[in-house]
Amino acid sequence: MNWLTRARNALPFLGKRDTPDNLWTKCPACQEMLFTKDYEENLSVCPKCDYHGRIGADRRLALLLDEGYEVLSQPDVREDPLKFRDTKKYTERLKQARAANPHRDAFTAAAGTIDNRPAVVGVQDFGFMGGSMGMAVGEAFCKGAEEALKRRCAYVVVTAAGGARMQEGILSLMQMPKATVMTRRLKEAGLPYIVVLTDPTTGGVTASYAMLGDIHIAEPGALIGFAGQRVIQDTIREQLPDGFQRAEYLHRHGMVDMVVDRHELKGTLADLLEYLEPAEAA
Amino acid sequence: MNAYLDFEKPVAQLEARIADLRSSAQSDQVDISAELARLEQKSAALLETTYSSLTPWQKTQVARHPKRPHFRDYVQYGFADFMPLGGDRLYGDDEAIMGGFAKLDGRRVMLIGHEKGHDTESRLRHNFGMGKPEGYRKAIRLMELAGRFGLPVVTLVDTSGAFPGVEAEERGQAEAIARSTEACLALPVPIISVIVGEGGSGGAVALAASNRVLMLEHAVYSVISPEGCASILWRTAEKASEAAQAMKVTSSDLLSLGVIDGVVPEPVGGAHRDPETAADRLTSRISEELAQFDGRTSKEIVAQREERFLNMAR
Repeated sequence: MNWLTRARNALPFLGKRDTPDNLWTKCPACQEMLFTKDYEENLSVCPKCDYHGRIGADRRLALLLDEGYEVLSQPDVREDPLKFRDTKKYTERLKQARAANPHRDAFTAAAGTIDNRPAVVGVQDFGFMGGSMGMAVGEAFCKGAEEALKRRCAYVVVTAAGGARMQEGILSLMQMPKATVMTRRLKEAGLPYIVVLTDPTTGGVTASYAMLGDIHIAEPGALIGFAGQRVIQDTIREQLPDGFQRAEYLHRHGMVDMVVDRHELKGTLADLLEYLEPAEAA
Repeated sequence: MNAYLDFEKPVAQLEARIADLRSSAQSDQVDISAELARLEQKSAALLETTYSSLTPWQKTQVARHPKRPHFRDYVQYGFADFMPLGGDRLYGDDEAIMGGFAKLDGRRVMLIGHEKGHDTESRLRHNFGMGKPEGYRKAIRLMELAGRFGLPVVTLVDTSGAFPGVEAEERGQAEAIARSTEACLALPVPIISVIVGEGGSGGAVALAASNRVLMLEHAVYSVISPEGCASILWRTAEKASEAAQAMKVTSSDLLSLGVIDGVVPEPVGGAHRDPETAADRLTSRISEELAQFDGRTSKEIVAQREERFLNMAR
């Protein structure tokens, strides 16, 4: 909000205008002012510099799945088991995040088809508490995997997270082995598990289910890594190399199979699924 | 000579007085044995009360104590015939994570764990117990080997976290940790893990996706260091004590959360005051846990481990 809008909104007799704030979107990468409508129609990819903006779970699901998919219900988990409080209560933070998001937590899965090939797609939403992995995310990941096992179809997971949810302490760390139990079951059942790494995917999420796919696809420019850049810089006390921990860098170092533009993502997944037909269970 | 932590100051003062008395007793020929005994008793009692009510942050300091026994000490006092094995066959050998064959009460096992080192030279060599991808890939190799030859796996976890560095990232630190966790879960043999010092995040869980997870009494296990948590959520690392409290990092907290299966009591005043006793208690507990898997099939062992993690944290 600029000062003019703020001043205007403060005047009781004028009423709030909601258009000026979101008519334009500034590209966070090249600072170009873009018509929000154009930007969103371009799948939140900057037409000038190809920056891939972050998008929520619903838009992502609609982008990847054919029409008529079924969103799986969010599993119930214990809430705030540690009674965690930093400068704010965790329950307060959850309440705020839920008020600003259509979903109850950061992982939403749906079952449907990708160009007529059956698949379950799970999406992690950075917009919900930084996509952080707590019990709800871990459980929703597992539920998506179970659905894929039941339907004997592919499991595609789109990752985005700063890491584990600190407010759930050790219980968030335990989601790493928990999710890994399910990736192993998919493998044993002969079902493909494909990971789409989006900006940003770091910490415990990268160090578990994000790096265990049969195929790893990354969106251009996505930040992907284990340790945070500031932590690394404090450790080595040197400049980080250009493009460090970006999708293209991981591709060069053999950690992802391909870097795919968002416009090509669904087509690429469909092409992959043609080769990764569910095998007979081992 | 003990290295004292801040909260041990009263104990340190008493122990200094006892030492003074002892040396003056030798020169003065005055009988002070009664006074000495009284002070020693007082000092022991003080140590016991201090250590029975440590805050989570104090426990973190004990877990990081420079004299705390590490992998090599437990190997020396608790295991026999350790045969270290080296290398990941892909890049190199990482001495932050050690592993090899060993005997535990006569039972042949694969022993793997973090080693932090005990002086400047060895700390550098072991990279302060911060594993790199090649360390985790060595662990994977050894676990798979153990699985093929029916050797149970024992891991001793003691790391502030996996190494955060440019090369570690380039060689796939995240992938190595994920695969190591997967390797634990895939084992057809039992794997028992003990957090003996610091259980730091992904670098710890990579060796602890196990059938049984235990902690030494004063060990800590957490998703991020208290300092890291504080600097993100409180915006200052100085709130580490609050963060340690809020995150629930101690063995008793984790036992009541159902994340670990048992706590191994430490000698009074912490494992560093009596490493031999600490190692004895540790290994006899591991033996007991391993014995529970005797006669169980691979399928049962894998299933128990999977259920352990699927049912946890729901």
